[in-house]
Amino acid sequence: MRFIPVSCTERDDMLETVDATSADALFDVIPSDVRLTRSLDIPGGMGEMELAAHLEELAGCNRHAGDLVSFLGGGCYDHYVPAVVDAVLSKPEFFTAYTPYQPEVSQGTLQAIYEFQSMICALTGMDIANASLYDGATALVEGALMAARVKKRRSFVVATTMHPEWRETLATYCSVGSYDVAECPASGGTLDLKALAALVSGETAAVLVSSPDFYGNLEKLSQVARITHDAGALLVVSVNPVLLGVLEAPAAFGADIVVGEGQPLGNSMSFGGPGLGVFACRKEFLRAMPGRIVGRTSDVDGRPGFVLTMATREQHIRREKATSNICSNHALNALAAGVYLASVGPVGLKGIGEACIAKAHFLRERLLGTGCFTAPWDAPFANEFALRYDGEVASMQAAMLSDGFLAGLDLSRFNADDGGLVLFAVTEKRTRAQMERFVEGVTSL
Amino acid sequence: MSERPLREPLTGRVIFEMGSPDARCVEAPIIDVPKPDLSAVLGGQLRQTPPVLPQVAEIDLARHYAHLAEANFGVDNGFYPLGSCTMKYNPKINEWACRLPGFAGTHPYQPTETVQGVLELMVGLQEALAEVAGLPAVTLQPAAGAHGELTGLMCIRAYHVANGDPRKRVIITDSAHGTNPASVAMCGYEVTTIPSNERGGVDLEALRAALDTDVAALMLTNPNTLGLFDENIRVITDATHAVGALAYCDGANMNAIMGKARPGDMGFDALHINLHKTFSTPHGGGGPGAGPVAVRDILAPYLPGPLAARLGDGAFGLQTPERSIGRVRSFNGNVGVLVRAYAYVRALGGEGLEEASEQAVLSANYLKEKLRGAYDLPYDQTCMHEFVLSGKRLRKEFGVHALDVAKRLLDYGYHPPTIYFPLIVEEAIMIEPTETEGKQTLDRFVEIMLRIAEEAECDPDLLHGAPYDTPVRRLDEAGAIKNLDVAWRPKEV
Repeated sequence: MRFIPVSCTERDDMLETVDATSADALFDVIPSDVRLTRSLDIPGGMGEMELAAHLEELAGCNRHAGDLVSFLGGGCYDHYVPAVVDAVLSKPEFFTAYTPYQPEVSQGTLQAIYEFQSMICALTGMDIANASLYDGATALVEGALMAARVKKRRSFVVATTMHPEWRETLATYCSVGSYDVAECPASGGTLDLKALAALVSGETAAVLVSSPDFYGNLEKLSQVARITHDAGALLVVSVNPVLLGVLEAPAAFGADIVVGEGQPLGNSMSFGGPGLGVFACRKEFLRAMPGRIVGRTSDVDGRPGFVLTMATREQHIRREKATSNICSNHALNALAAGVYLASVGPVGLKGIGEACIAKAHFLRERLLGTGCFTAPWDAPFANEFALRYDGEVASMQAAMLSDGFLAGLDLSRFNADDGGLVLFAVTEKRTRAQMERFVEGVTSL
Repeated sequence: MSERPLREPLTGRVIFEMGSPDARCVEAPIIDVPKPDLSAVLGGQLRQTPPVLPQVAEIDLARHYAHLAEANFGVDNGFYPLGSCTMKYNPKINEWACRLPGFAGTHPYQPTETVQGVLELMVGLQEALAEVAGLPAVTLQPAAGAHGELTGLMCIRAYHVANGDPRKRVIITDSAHGTNPASVAMCGYEVTTIPSNERGGVDLEALRAALDTDVAALMLTNPNTLGLFDENIRVITDATHAVGALAYCDGANMNAIMGKARPGDMGFDALHINLHKTFSTPHGGGGPGAGPVAVRDILAPYLPGPLAARLGDGAFGLQTPERSIGRVRSFNGNVGVLVRAYAYVRALGGEGLEEASEQAVLSANYLKEKLRGAYDLPYDQTCMHEFVLSGKRLRKEFGVHALDVAKRLLDYGYHPPTIYFPLIVEEAIMIEPTETEGKQTLDRFVEIMLRIAEEAECDPDLLHGAPYDTPVRRLDEAGAIKNLDVAWRPKEV
């Protein structure tokens, strides 16, 4: 398949117009010493039916959430996605459009993003939200860098209970930008507040904390905020937005910047991407914000409409003085999140959060009841929890996989000190019967 | 003011203002386990006031987004000659493929033996991109072109650091995309901007003057943003290497040269490729895209992981290079986008990719020949996949700006070209037709562009007021900033 609609005759006409003997001749402007003199060695040229069969075969080599019962989380979750979400995402007017730089013919994208921004503000309690960033990890980094711009300080304190991949991403960015990052240890599953108080100083731009944290535990955000603000630093809180129908909004605890991974809001897991970087903050940081922002205005006839606004922060105008190099957003994922939140509404979102929390607590209690697991701490948690397995984690997981279960996340993958710990995530999709079967299976190993 | 139609506008009424407190689309799930005392188990963090979210019935939700879609313009709606953005057709088979449960339903932390298919796909894509780039190692991690730029620069920095000196500056040209200087700054380097020469290429004297051992890299788009291939490319990359600096290629314009010339063979050490441009993945209204980075062997040890790899036993796995700069994001890349790009590569194969570039270049030159005269052509040379016109004469003679031409195109049902970029061309109108448009579409576009040039002469005010026939007309952008409203809130009672 070539997707070129020009016929041979038309091609000859075009060649005549441009006064070339062949299309290849147009490439004579490329110096001969850098011309490729052979064909590209890339297999293909398949018809659609053969291609479909090939792709189905590759997809068929993967196990997935549809044929396994999954307790895997760690930042990517198997939530139910209402059918209406994909029906909207499949509209070519949305997915084949470019960035809405021509607002007169982009009101669909613009209004959908404005509504998304509004929903993120409603969930987080913050004043303003941007049109989205790549994923939770890069949103965390942008939150830290924005705090550094606002406070004119270059040090961060990040919780060790933050997702390890997010901390690594932060470290990558900070190492090229001469920022200091200190890691604050945990005690009893949550941030060690004494250690935090000792780590923050007048140099600290921001304290970065996740709640629920990577281990599923809820941080003592009010106390973290007090310690952070006493040092004159900003508090960056990472949230799981799908839980914010049940969990208190981070603004209520004093968060200055809220970031998060928005995948749970109506987006598929897709082996971890594309995700959705959620970014919200207090309105006084507007001019320091990274990424696109959509604002409401009106047209020359007085009709309401939407535009990309506050663009003087961005790279295409400010170049090296821009607030970030980002030149896109995950608009389609933000659209999914908007449709998702509108489809479940406040009642549905609360119900989904309650279901995840109730089922996670049920499973944890049952697993502890088997005697095969012990609790490493007793902190409050929501949809995800870590337990210590008293046997070989890898062989337990392999055995359960053959029974059709993804038996949680082996935390030794990230940190040798977490050997023996397994992180279980429970979404509203898991049924009591599935969990009972899982508990029975683990017990019988 | 134009007469208002009887029909309600498609947009403007936000979803929060629809429905009622009783309206439901999706019901909350049934909870088949005992419900704990939430306040107790959540350590007192139970939400006190529910978030204000829309409450609508499914039919109203479906119609709302149908109306929003109707007010939007995508490649499927019409010709989209947006220069530098490569708005080619997004094949439907790609959309089907990325939704297969075996791709969409996989978790990034599944055991690798349960995700062999997606890993094989990623390896296949890495190998195809390496072949197109002429550079041996590829990371699929970056989420976008700008993210790829930063990733490539970070690898270059790590290379210099390993050699004992990170160096201080990165050279870019005055025709560069705005992301280039912004990425340079994020990577902790200073920007040195050099001018273009009268033929639109790099000014060699300025380059030589700027090059010294403080320079970490030269960052160049080739073909450049004027759509011109730099005839001195080898001289440029050789001069860069002579001071120990590396050459980075912004691969935004790879659609021009697939199978014809490779950045690796031009002397570039690193390149990002925009899959949402060259490899047909949809732009999604602003994203997600993907910006894989290909590098020469000297930079391969620094790539961010994990990378998909063939293991010794014929299986596929994930690996992180030994001296990796570290992660640049979570998980394994924008895999949903990678699946689409892979499907495209397999649909075309090496020959098809070369043919795509041939037609893209032919179509651009065809439009250039047809439009010269009515519009100024500041760089009168054979172009690659795009070219830049100037509306200078229209402005001088009739007071009509490139913006007015763009807005008038909307009335005729076309998405306008990129305007006012690159910055070095006055009243720039940058046109990129792509290979997926038929000759009839191109001819019709030419007709309309010529008609608009006539309108500019006869009735400039007609253009100043355009568009007239769009869901909304010109919007008050200054007003959007002055009376900032970036989130809907319930009216206070």
